[in-house]
Amino acid sequence: MSTDNQTTSVDEPDAESEFDAAELQALRERVEELEESLAEADAGDDQKKMTIVATQGSFDMAYPPLILASTAAAFGWEVVVFHTFWGLDILHEEKSTNLKLSAVGNPNMPVPNAVAALPGMDTMATKMMQKKIDENGTATIEELIDLSLESGVDLQACQMTIELMDYDEDDFYDGVTTGVGAATALQHMADSDIQLLV
Amino acid sequence: MSSEYTVTETLDVKGQSCPMPIVKTKQAIDDLEAGDVLEVIATDSGSMSDIQGWADGTDGVELLEQEEADDRYTHYVKKTE
Repeated sequence: MSTDNQTTSVDEPDAESEFDAAELQALRERVEELEESLAEADAGDDQKKMTIVATQGSFDMAYPPLILASTAAAFGWEVVVFHTFWGLDILHEEKSTNLKLSAVGNPNMPVPNAVAALPGMDTMATKMMQKKIDENGTATIEELIDLSLESGVDLQACQMTIELMDYDEDDFYDGVTTGVGAATALQHMADSDIQLLV
Repeated sequence: MSSEYTVTETLDVKGQSCPMPIVKTKQAIDDLEAGDVLEVIATDSGSMSDIQGWADGTDGVELLEQEEADDRYTHYVKKTE
């Protein structure tokens, strides 16, 4: 027993240092492996994602989400626009071509609110804006929707609001995603680099 | 335009404003081959900054040159991959 013990005690330091070298080598290999997979993961994360929540359906407020969405798609980003409440009208084939600008409560209008409240003032304000947009070569809402869908933007129509407004799923442009709710929107927002509420 | 490259395709976006010059440029680039150069002619002054920002933030394209003359903004974009 004592001889055995002695042998072991003499051999132990050697055995330990051999094991250390092997362990060290294994660790080095593991670190290299991890660094490689980290580099791959970083490269994969390069894909930017943006989620916009569009809640407004007036003529002027329809533009910002669509312009940002189509431009982001041109950058190759993954884009979701979740349309809810009045924002739904932007995706509504019939209503989208007839969105109005509000003359009342609009500090940019050259007339006082009392005058802006008169019948026909919203239509007039919308026509003025429409004329400016045509003159400026700014795209129409329809064009921007088509472009967005063509370039892979996911235009979503909130299911709860579809029912609230008594709309039909067929009322929307082809390619619009229906049957989605707040949980879907939140999921996209959580996964996104950029989240905007318009 | 310098003679270091040859224009493969020309895109005319005169009279169109943001975001059209960018969106149309992206679509035109998609239809080209690696190594091709797209010439974009715009009247939107914002396209100077926008095309630059788009090219910087987009993989596979390189902005070679931008010119401004007589309210015309011309951009040369190369598809690199």
